[in-house]
Amino acid sequence: MAAPRRSRKGTLVAAISTIIACIAVAAVVGSSAAWPEVQHAFFNGERFANALPSVWGAFAINVQLFVFAELLILPIGLLIALARSVQAPALAPLRLFAMVYVDFFRGVPSILVIYLLGFGVPALQIPGLPKDPFFWALVTLVLIYSAYVSEVYRAGLESIHPSQERAARALGLSRIQSLRHVVIPQAFRRVIPPLLNDFIGLQKDTALVSILGVVDAFRRAQILKAADFNFTPLMTTAVIFLVITFPMTRFVDWLAARDRAAQLGEQR
Amino acid sequence: MDTQRVHRFTQTTRLSVAIMALALILAACTSTAASPSPSPSAVASCAKADLALKTAGTLTLSTDNPAYSPWFQGGNKGSELFDGDYGNDPYKGKGFEGALAYAIAGELGFAKGEVTWVVTTFDQSFAPGVKAFDLFMNQVSITSTRAEAVDFSAGYYDVYQAVLTVEGSAAASAASIADLKELQFGAQIGTTSYQAIIDDIAPTKDVMTYNTNDDAVAALESGQIDAMVTDVPTAVYMRDFQLTKGLIVGQLPTPGQFGVVLEKGSTLTACVNEAIAALEADGTIAALMTKWLGTDYTVPELN
Repeated sequence: MAAPRRSRKGTLVAAISTIIACIAVAAVVGSSAAWPEVQHAFFNGERFANALPSVWGAFAINVQLFVFAELLILPIGLLIALARSVQAPALAPLRLFAMVYVDFFRGVPSILVIYLLGFGVPALQIPGLPKDPFFWALVTLVLIYSAYVSEVYRAGLESIHPSQERAARALGLSRIQSLRHVVIPQAFRRVIPPLLNDFIGLQKDTALVSILGVVDAFRRAQILKAADFNFTPLMTTAVIFLVITFPMTRFVDWLAARDRAAQLGEQR
Repeated sequence: MDTQRVHRFTQTTRLSVAIMALALILAACTSTAASPSPSPSAVASCAKADLALKTAGTLTLSTDNPAYSPWFQGGNKGSELFDGDYGNDPYKGKGFEGALAYAIAGELGFAKGEVTWVVTTFDQSFAPGVKAFDLFMNQVSITSTRAEAVDFSAGYYDVYQAVLTVEGSAAASAASIADLKELQFGAQIGTTSYQAIIDDIAPTKDVMTYNTNDDAVAALESGQIDAMVTDVPTAVYMRDFQLTKGLIVGQLPTPGQFGVVLEKGSTLTACVNEAIAALEADGTIAALMTKWLGTDYTVPELN
């Protein structure tokens, strides 16, 4: 068969050109007179290893934050998207609310929201209202990313041809039933890649929790950096984040490629 | 070319690029290059004309913006560089570090008009590469590991850390370090105050760290933390001017020293040390401390 042989050749060429490119970059960077100093400040092996256990330990905060946030965002984002697409005139306030919500939380920098909620709300000293910074960081991320995710859902819902719903209605399903059994399942499959893309952004934004004082992976690295005047612990954090987000970005690409192939009518 | 092949090709490429990138970071970390040698070049004379300056004829001083009281004082009115309605313009030469900076400049032979100030953030002050300043003064504590990245002058201020809280907090009634162990502490990121909490108090709860002391104060006032730690003069300033029900529990036993930050291997370091020694000997530093930091600190020591 010709195809696999060509593909093997392609892989070989790709590997060689990648190695050459890396060597070229390494040569340019390494030839800089200041490289030893930069290497000492940013890529210090001993400090990298020293930072790893404590930064990895603090990463648990980030993991908890994005797992809880994602579980909440999935349904909330869908509800907002549905609220935005209601057509009944009596429900116009709901639609308006959803529109304002999405515009507001997509338009405001996350850092302002977390300051406002994390420092402002506890300062009100209202009994019964939590003061826990982790809680307010979670609320911030859920509010902001639900707005993004609702738009992803909405795009998905609108991409399902109206004939699908009309056919469902013709078969006797109610509007709710046709949404539940016909439109949403098809839309959800389509939005998985962009949805995961937003979640990758969310995972990185969990570092915002550090503003409220919680020592997450990024903040732990900053503490080590300031203690020793050395930036290497930040690289440790970068590698830890890559280890988590890298499989996910590859998975998203794979899903998108599979989807494209399916749409082109090719074999999966 | 059929699409599938193109697709597989690009996937392979991207995969290998990503792996190589990861490998490069790790490789950069593992190869053992000698750390930059602190070339202690032969100390030439400290005569004004012989000094190796960033800008000839001008001493470039630096601190962060905002410049906090009581280290810098006098406000920002009319300042172009240190603008905003908060913090202080170091050109006014007020506050302990502001005044001391001009005193050191004077010892080195620079009149007030021969000094410029630039803004440097804390992180920039120790980033590798050529620095924009000759001298950086920003309440930086001297430690031996930090000295691997920058030069420090001799210490110009012995600093103690104070436990600051508000009335009604669980820390308000603490009389010893043992009383503080179970409490929730906070401190500004990157400070030796944070380290002092770990070393001197060793609390059972994780210490919260904030971008600025102002954020820590917000958390203290809303009850998110029981107490914060900062250096004694800053704590006294916050108690008197920033907090409405502020209260200093006491100071921690281990002192530190603030020093001037200079570029690693700077020939100026020895000259700045001479200047500080002279200002110490003739009583200038003690006088500036009395003038700007006050003497009536009745801060009990915690044991």
